[in-house]
Amino acid sequence: MARRRLKLIFGPAMVKEPVIYQLGKQFDLVTNIRRADVTKDQGWVLLEVTGEPDELDRGVEYLESRGVKVEPAEGDLVG
Amino acid sequence: MAKLLGLRCRECGAEYGLQATHVCEMCFGPLDVIYDQAALKKIVSRQRIEQGPASMWRYRDLLPVEDDTPVVTLGEGFTPLVKADRLGAELGLRNLYLKNDSMNPTNSFKDRVVSVAVSWARAHGFETIACASTGNLANAVAAYSARAGLECFVFIPVDLERQKVVSISVFDPNVVAVRGNYDEVNRLCSQLLESTPWAFCNINIRPFYAEGSKTLTFETVEQLGWRVPDEIIIPIASGCQFVRHRQAIRELIEYGLVRDDRVPALTGAQALGCAPVYNAFKSDTPERVLPVKPDTIARSIAIGNPSDGIYVNRIVLETGGVVEAVTEDEIVAAMRLLARTEGIFTETAGGVTIGVLAKLARAGRWKGDEVVVAYVTGHGLKTADVLASVDGHARRVEIDPTLKSFREKVTI
Repeated sequence: MARRRLKLIFGPAMVKEPVIYQLGKQFDLVTNIRRADVTKDQGWVLLEVTGEPDELDRGVEYLESRGVKVEPAEGDLVG
Repeated sequence: MAKLLGLRCRECGAEYGLQATHVCEMCFGPLDVIYDQAALKKIVSRQRIEQGPASMWRYRDLLPVEDDTPVVTLGEGFTPLVKADRLGAELGLRNLYLKNDSMNPTNSFKDRVVSVAVSWARAHGFETIACASTGNLANAVAAYSARAGLECFVFIPVDLERQKVVSISVFDPNVVAVRGNYDEVNRLCSQLLESTPWAFCNINIRPFYAEGSKTLTFETVEQLGWRVPDEIIIPIASGCQFVRHRQAIRELIEYGLVRDDRVPALTGAQALGCAPVYNAFKSDTPERVLPVKPDTIARSIAIGNPSDGIYVNRIVLETGGVVEAVTEDEIVAAMRLLARTEGIFTETAGGVTIGVLAKLARAGRWKGDEVVVAYVTGHGLKTADVLASVDGHARRVEIDPTLKSFREKVTI
């Protein structure tokens, strides 16, 4: 099992989409939101995701394919 | 005396022991080193610093290595603070100073942070030093690892400037050229953390590494006779350095080292081709720093996803500074301006800083008597190609080896 700390950034098109729910449902991954700031047209979520490395890669690819920006959460706040 | 107490999360205040970790487990916030300030207040003084070595280690009391830790040093820091009268005259500034950090051992500011990081890592049993780098950091990490006799892995974007690759490779590190931009290199290294027992200077040991940045501002203030300037122009990459300069001013005041308890305006400089912090600063929501894909010749500061971007904008607004950005042409013009007026050859990142300085001066930001300092953080030979490719020799003539030819072609 591996763990990644991710920073998800949502634009207006994605704010209403339940992508974190889908991430846990479509892939064998455990998600844990640590901090977030979401408004009606944009937002960010600091997310801990645990699972097998290949599954983590597939999960990140899925998020990016849905238009979510995915970056490593490296000790920062995202504006 | 043990002066280091641990690490503390900048966001939620959670505390940790002195270990190689950079992210709060609770809230994913950044971690900062906690010092025993009460104990330090009893010993830190101008006199003690002035009696120290002519390097950044004269501020050892304020750096995260204990007194009995042997440091890995190449004599970094205490670089010249040059009064720039000729550049100042062009810009209408009578008290302009340049902190020329290209005079460091590997010709960039990064020697400061790496000297601290490698010293800390060696003292804590790490055998391999690593980093994700846009070039200058890899150069410093390779050199200081060689100096310390430690194994070294540097991860760089595959299209890094040739001069930088040469000056990294000479130290014989393991060079991993990644087919991607810096942010992708950084992402890969973040994923490697869990499976390697390595000290990644700018990732898992970043709380210690970052502290070395403070010495740039400590020195500037000392070299100004322990006086604080009115404004400092600082290039922004991850924003890590910028945050530490604010901390340095706080410590100079806290320990009674400055003659005046003022906080200078801290101003940030970015290239328009990679300006996430500038974009946020100019927007209605300066705390929303959105990532960008870098596209600029100023590669050493081309970080599209700046880890400390939000803190930069907070500090800028708190201190009365601004964030400004310059075009690619303005970067090159500023490199030439600095070289022509002051004899200092800086890399593209320095062109960004001087370009922003010039832009703000010409826009009337200053009346003329303010003490303004610009941080020149890297040497021009690192990015010489950008000048070679564009009209670099406007005053060059080619002649035969005869007086006749000379007189025909050259006007004295």
